[in-house]
Amino acid sequence: MWEGSLKTTYLRGLAVAAAISLCSAASAQDSIKIAYVDPLSGGGASIGEIGLKTFQFIAELQNAKGGVLGKKIEIVGYDNKLNPQESLVQVQKAIDAGIRIITQGNGSGVAAAITEFVAKYNERNPGKEVIYLNYAAVDPVLTNDKCNFWHFRWDANSEIKMEALTNYMKDIKTIKKVYLINQDYSFGQAVRTDANKMMKAKRPDVEIVGDELHPLLKITDFAPYIAKIKASGADSVITGNWGQDFALLLKAAADAGLQANWYTYYAGGTGGPIAIKQTGLNHRVFQITEGFANIPHKSAQDFEKALRAKHNIGLFYPRAINQFGMLFAAIEQTKSTDPKRIAAALEGMKFNLFSGGEGFMRKDDHQFFQPIYLSSFGERGQAEPFDEEGTGWGWKLVGKVDTNNTMVSTTCKMQRPN
Amino acid sequence: MLELIIVSTLNGVLFGMLLFLMASGLTLIFSMMGVLNFAHASFYMLGAFFGFQISRWVGFWPALVLAPVLVAAIGAAVERFGLRNVHRHGHVPELLFTFGLAYVIEEVVQIVWGKSPLDFRVPAALDFPAFTIFATNYPAYKLFMLLISIGIFIALYAVLTRTRIGLIVQAALTHPHMVAHLGHNVPLVFMLVFGVGSGLAAVAGVIAGPALVTQSNMAALLGPILFVVVVVGGLGSLSGAFVASLLIGLLQTFAVSVSLSLADVVGLFGYRPAPDSLLKDIWNVTVAQIAPILPYLLLVLVLILKPSGLMGTRET
Repeated sequence: MWEGSLKTTYLRGLAVAAAISLCSAASAQDSIKIAYVDPLSGGGASIGEIGLKTFQFIAELQNAKGGVLGKKIEIVGYDNKLNPQESLVQVQKAIDAGIRIITQGNGSGVAAAITEFVAKYNERNPGKEVIYLNYAAVDPVLTNDKCNFWHFRWDANSEIKMEALTNYMKDIKTIKKVYLINQDYSFGQAVRTDANKMMKAKRPDVEIVGDELHPLLKITDFAPYIAKIKASGADSVITGNWGQDFALLLKAAADAGLQANWYTYYAGGTGGPIAIKQTGLNHRVFQITEGFANIPHKSAQDFEKALRAKHNIGLFYPRAINQFGMLFAAIEQTKSTDPKRIAAALEGMKFNLFSGGEGFMRKDDHQFFQPIYLSSFGERGQAEPFDEEGTGWGWKLVGKVDTNNTMVSTTCKMQRPN
Repeated sequence: MLELIIVSTLNGVLFGMLLFLMASGLTLIFSMMGVLNFAHASFYMLGAFFGFQISRWVGFWPALVLAPVLVAAIGAAVERFGLRNVHRHGHVPELLFTFGLAYVIEEVVQIVWGKSPLDFRVPAALDFPAFTIFATNYPAYKLFMLLISIGIFIALYAVLTRTRIGLIVQAALTHPHMVAHLGHNVPLVFMLVFGVGSGLAAVAGVIAGPALVTQSNMAALLGPILFVVVVVGGLGSLSGAFVASLLIGLLQTFAVSVSLSLADVVGLFGYRPAPDSLLKDIWNVTVAQIAPILPYLLLVLVLILKPSGLMGTRET
C-alpha cells in the first residue's frame, strides 16, 4: 500500500514512540508527580510562574530530605491560560501522563470546572481516581453547593476573609464612603455580594458609592476606573483583584494621585508591592491573608530567607506549605499514593501551621481553617525584617483572627465513595 | 463630574491616537494591497519588545527611533519575500500567510523573552505628573504619547498629500493597476507602504509598552479592535481611520464611567423588573461592564447600516 521508504519511516517512528513510552512508564515508578494546572502565559502568567517556582522549591526541600516514602516529588506545570475548557484539556493530559494529584488555584471559574470534571472522572474510573488540591480558588461555592469528596481547599474562602476584613473596618470611624471594584467572574461577584451585605449589616452609616465589575485579566489601562473612583469621592476601596488586575489598578492610582485606603485580598501578589510603593500610600493598603513574611515565627522566616536567596521571590503562598505538608503527611500515614486513601487521611487532619498555630481540614466540606492575618504595607520597623520586591517597604501586622473566629457554616452534603 | 469628563476625554483621545497609529498602517495596507494583515498587531508587539530590549542596552530615546526602523525593515522583508510570492495565488493564501505569521511572531517572542510581562519602565525623564486637573494628576508620559501620535498623524498627512510619493500612494490606494500602467514602480510602493505601516505599528508598541503591559499576549489583546477601527472608518480612507480610532477610544473610555443599566433606564419610567426574573442579568448589566464589547457592537451596526464604513470609498 505504501512506498518502501514511507513504510520504513513509519515503522521507525513506531519503534521510537514505543521506546519513549516505555521509558516514561519506567520513570513513573520513581517519583510522585503532581500536576500544577495554572496560567503560564497571558494575563495570569506573572502569578502562575511564581506559584510553580514556589511549589518546585517546596518539592526540592522535601526531596533533599529523602522525598516521601522514598520517592522524589516532581511538580509538572500545565498551562491552562486561565481558561476553564483549556484547564480540562490539561487535566486530561496530566491524567494520561499517569499523574493522579492535581493542584490549582488561580481562578475560581477554572476551579469549578476542574472540581466537576474530577468528580465525574472518578465516578467513571473507580480505582484510577485523581485528587484535586485547591490552594487559592476562594469562591465559597466550591465548599458549599459544589463540594465533592475529591476537592480540598487550603485557603480561607472569600466569605471568611470578608467577614474578617469588615470586622476590622467597622471600627474605623473615618470610613464614610466605600467603593467596590472587582473582577467580573464568580469570585469577584462573591466579594462584591459579601462586601455589600456585611458592610450594610455592620456599618449602615457607610455609603457604598460604587460597585464596579470589570473583565478578568483583560484590562491593561485602569485610568478610566480610577477616574470614576475619584469622582465618587470614596475614601476607601474594597477589591478582590489579583495578579495583573491589582498591579495595574494601583499603577493607575499612582499615576492619578488617588488618595484612598485600599482593603484587599491579594495586594501582595506579583507587581502589587511595586505598584503600592509608586502610589506613596504608606500603611494605607491592607491585605487579609493566611500569612505574610513578617509574622514573628522563626521557622517561617527561615524558609522565607531560603526562598528569596534561591529564587528572588517572596513567599506568596504560606498555604502551599500547609497543603504539601499535609499531603506528604497523608501519604506517609497511609503508606500509599492512592488518592482515595490520601483523601480519607486528609479530611479531619490537624496540622501545625507554617506561620505558627494549628489548623484543621474540616471533614464536612474539605475547607481548611486557620488563623487569618490583616496586614498593611509601608515603611518597616524593627519587627519587619523583610521588604517586598525591592521596594524597601514591607507588610506589618495589624490584626489577627483566631481559627475559631473564622468558622462559617456550610451547605455541603458530601457524597462519600464507599 | 467635570473632572471625570475631562480626564476621560484625555484618556479616550490618547487611546484613540494609539489605535490610530496602528490602524493607519493597517488601512493603507488593506486598501492598497487587499491584504488583510493579521500580523499587524504582531508588529506592534515586536515594536514593544524591541523597544524594551534596545532601551535596556542604550536607553529609551534611541529605542524610540531604532525599534520602529528595525520593525519596518522586517515588514518590508515580509512583503518582498513573503507576500509578493503568495500574492499571485489570490487573497485567501495571503490571509493565511499573515495569519500564520502572527502565530510565528508570537511564539518567537515567547521563546526569546518568555511569557511573563516585562518590566518596561517609563523613562525617568518623563515620570512625573504633567499637570493636575482638579485633584487628578495626569502623567507626563501619557501627554508625551499623545504628542507623538499627533505629530505622526500630521507628518503622515503631509507626506500623503504634499509629496509626490504620497500622491502615488493615494492613487495606488484606489487604482493600483492604472498607476502601474502609468509606469510607476508599484511593487516598490507596496513594499514601502507595508514597511512604513509596520514601522508605525512599532512606534505605537514602543510608546505603549511602558504604559500598557509588555507581554506576549499584547497582539491578541489589541488585534481585534484594530479591525473594528479599519472597517468602521472605511477602507481607503486615512481620515476615516482617524475618526474611527478617536470614536472607539472615546466610546470605550466613556462607557466605563457610565454605571447605568437597562433597569435604571426603565426605572425612570416607573417600571421595576423583578429582582429574580429570568432576564435579571440583562436588566442589571451596566454599560461599564459591557464597555469592552461596545466597539464590536459599533462594528455590527456599521456593517448593517453603512458597509463601506464612515468615510470609506470602497466596498468592505
